[in-house]
Amino acid sequence: MGVISNGTTLLDAGALDSGVATGAMTLIKELTASSSATLSFVDGASGVVLDSTYKEYIFKFINIHPQTNNVDFQFNASIDGGSNYNVTKTTSQFNAYHNEAGNDQVLGYNAGYDLDNSTAFMNITNDISNEGDMNTAATFHLYDPSNTTFVKHFTGTANNNYNSGGYFQNDYFAGYLNTTSAVNAIQFKMSSGNVDVGTIKMYGVK
Amino acid sequence: MAIISNAVTIADAGAFSVGLGAMTFIKELNTSGGAAANMTFHHGTSSVVLDSTYPIYKFVFSNMHPATNATFWLFQANAVGASGFNETITSTTFRSVNTEASSNGQVDYIASIDQAQGTSFQNICSDGDIKTDNDSCISGELLIFNPSNTTFVKHFIAHTNHMVNNSQSSDNYIGGYFNTTAALDEFQFKFNSGNIDSGTIKLYGIKDS
Repeated sequence: MGVISNGTTLLDAGALDSGVATGAMTLIKELTASSSATLSFVDGASGVVLDSTYKEYIFKFINIHPQTNNVDFQFNASIDGGSNYNVTKTTSQFNAYHNEAGNDQVLGYNAGYDLDNSTAFMNITNDISNEGDMNTAATFHLYDPSNTTFVKHFTGTANNNYNSGGYFQNDYFAGYLNTTSAVNAIQFKMSSGNVDVGTIKMYGVK
Repeated sequence: MAIISNAVTIADAGAFSVGLGAMTFIKELNTSGGAAANMTFHHGTSSVVLDSTYPIYKFVFSNMHPATNATFWLFQANAVGASGFNETITSTTFRSVNTEASSNGQVDYIASIDQAQGTSFQNICSDGDIKTDNDSCISGELLIFNPSNTTFVKHFIAHTNHMVNNSQSSDNYIGGYFNTTAALDEFQFKFNSGNIDSGTIKLYGIKDS
C-alpha cells in the first residue's frame, strides 16, 4: 500500500518514493575508544561499508584523548581486508599554532611529518597532550577508495592541544594512497600507547 | 492525509515533516557517455537546483582525469540569464606540496593563479598541473555560499588534492568571491586544455533549517 499525501506519493513498495529528497550523508559506523590500541574500519566487518557504495567517505573524530603524553594520532590503509595496514602514500602537512601565553604563533610546513611514497602511518595531528581536558577533533575525507584505476586522494583538518596543553594547533593534511588496488580498510591509532577515549564516526556520501 | 504517530506528525501536505537529513543529493555528472569538454550545472536544466532552495551548495569531484597532459582544473559561473562564464572574481590560493621522491615539502601562496577582479575561469588545483598518467587525477570539493542572494557578493571555498605532473601530492586551498550582487545559477567545470577524460562531479544542497 502506498502512502499518498496531498497527491504526492511518499511511501510505496516498502521504501521511500524516489521523489522524496533524503539526506545524502549516511552514518555507517561509530567506534568508541576505551584504552584501545587501534580503531579499525574494515569493509564487511561489524556493519562497516567501505566499497563502491559511496564515492566519498568522511570520518569525524570527537574528543580523541591519548593515554601517553605528546603522541601523534595517525592512520593507515589496507588493501587486504585489514591484514596489513601499509599502503604507500605521498602526503603533505602544515599547521598554525598559538600558545595560551599569547607570545608564540606560527604558520608553517611540517617537513618532519609528511611522507614520500612511504608505507608508514600518516599523522593526522601531532604531539597531543594527555592532560585531562585535552583532546583532538578532526575530519578526514577519503575519495573513491574502491577505484581500481586511480590513486586515492584524501584531505583533512585537525585541532589539538599539545605541549602539556600550553599550545593549540590547527593542522591541514592531504595526500594520495599511491595504489590502484581497492582500499577496503582504514585504521587509526596513536604513535605510542593507547587511545584512551574518543569517538570516531564514519559516513558515506551518496 | 497526515501521517501521525504517537502524536507526532510524520508527513502532511505531500511532504515529510520529520528531518530526512540536511545534505541533499541533487545531481551527478560523469563521463560514462565518453569524454566531455566541460561539465555544467544550470538551474532548471536536467533536474539541477541552484537557487534559493539551499543557502549552501557543495560540489564533490572524484577522480577528475584530463585527456591532455599538464592541465589545470577550473570553474566559473554565470549570473541568471547571462552567458560566457565570465563573472568577476577576487580570490586567493595557497597549497601544501610534497614529492614522492624526497622530502622537500612546503606550503606557499600561489600568486600566479589568484585573481584580482578577474573574469577568467578560477584555477582550483593551485599551480601544479595534472598528469595524464593512468592513475593520476584530482579529487576534492567546492562550497558555494548563497548563490541566489541579490544583496551580497558570493563567497566560495575549494579544497582539492591532486597528483602534480612531477609526481607530487598537492593539497590546494582556494577561496574567493564572485563580485556581483546578481544571482548565480550556472556553474561550469573544465580543464584549461583538452577534454575531461573521466571523472564524476556530484552536486549537493545543504539546508539551513
